[in-house]
Amino acid sequence: MSKKTPELNSASSADIAFLLLSYFLMTTTMNQDSGLQRRLPPIPDENQAVEDQKVNRRNIIIVRINSADRLFAGNEPMDVSFLKDKVKEFLVNPNNDPNLPERTPKEIEGFGTYNVSKGVISLQNDRGTSYKAYIEVQNELVKAVNELRDEFAKAHFGKAYLSLNEDQQRIAREAIPQNISEAEPKDVSKK
Amino acid sequence: MAKFGNSGSKKEVPGLTTASMSDIVFMLLFFFMVTTSMRETENKVMVNLPEASEVAKLERKDLTSYINIGSPIASLQKMYGTDARIQLNDSFKTVDEIRDFIAAERDAMSEVDRQYMTVSIRADADVRMGIITDVKQELRRCSALKIMYAARKPAQ
Repeated sequence: MSKKTPELNSASSADIAFLLLSYFLMTTTMNQDSGLQRRLPPIPDENQAVEDQKVNRRNIIIVRINSADRLFAGNEPMDVSFLKDKVKEFLVNPNNDPNLPERTPKEIEGFGTYNVSKGVISLQNDRGTSYKAYIEVQNELVKAVNELRDEFAKAHFGKAYLSLNEDQQRIAREAIPQNISEAEPKDVSKK
Repeated sequence: MAKFGNSGSKKEVPGLTTASMSDIVFMLLFFFMVTTSMRETENKVMVNLPEASEVAKLERKDLTSYINIGSPIASLQKMYGTDARIQLNDSFKTVDEIRDFIAAERDAMSEVDRQYMTVSIRADADVRMGIITDVKQELRRCSALKIMYAARKPAQ
């Protein structure tokens, strides 16, 4: 009878693996980075004459947060919870109100012409505004645009925006642009 | 009931085999190695991110630079006070030093990736906008225009 080879004692290999495991648990993080993505406007050239970009008065909505975190949208005080509907109404202009932004037909590749709103949301804040309030307002603005894109996607493709393919998402993005302008900081302390 | 019947033989209870235990632990280990990332910097400011429901996930973590803004952690408050400060890498910095930081981060990236560089502003919810506006202006001056306001999804 042949001799059995002695088995390698593997009892400690579990301990070694546990040690490695706890090392990785300590040194690594799992948090997913998430946030609201924005593009800042490039700094205007100093040599260039400051030309006032005259946006038609009706095409702009000014959203302002003061140092006490109070919100003004289109010059009326407002609660954050109403901002989304206000912005949606501003961007859609369902009744062709002359005080709301005009919509001009625009050729979108792969879709055809669509009346794209020319509305721009101008977000202004004070130095004393809390970051929390600022993000809350930013979030409402993004939410308004996202809901409009969703409605557009449902109406034209019969699906939610997120389940569209890349090309369709591009069409929806072009049809409902996210025009949020973060204005040049200005001194609003005297207000 | 034959098992209990043969009282004559001395059968030992077979030992619990632990050979597979290491495999299980290794599996766990690989799971954590894949899903987590190394902690790069030590936080010197307390950052309690604001909540936002419309957050989007960051696509390329390696192309992101972080700017932490908040009041110093409790152990450093004796030295630095509780005023909001900017942390770049591992130390407190002023707004003017952001320029060098961005330049250094840019240099560390490959030529192709530079245009996709994102600056993630991780600011505490209680920070005033003044400091953030300053940071934003400085970023515009360095033409690091792609930014992200870090926020977390509210718990449903």
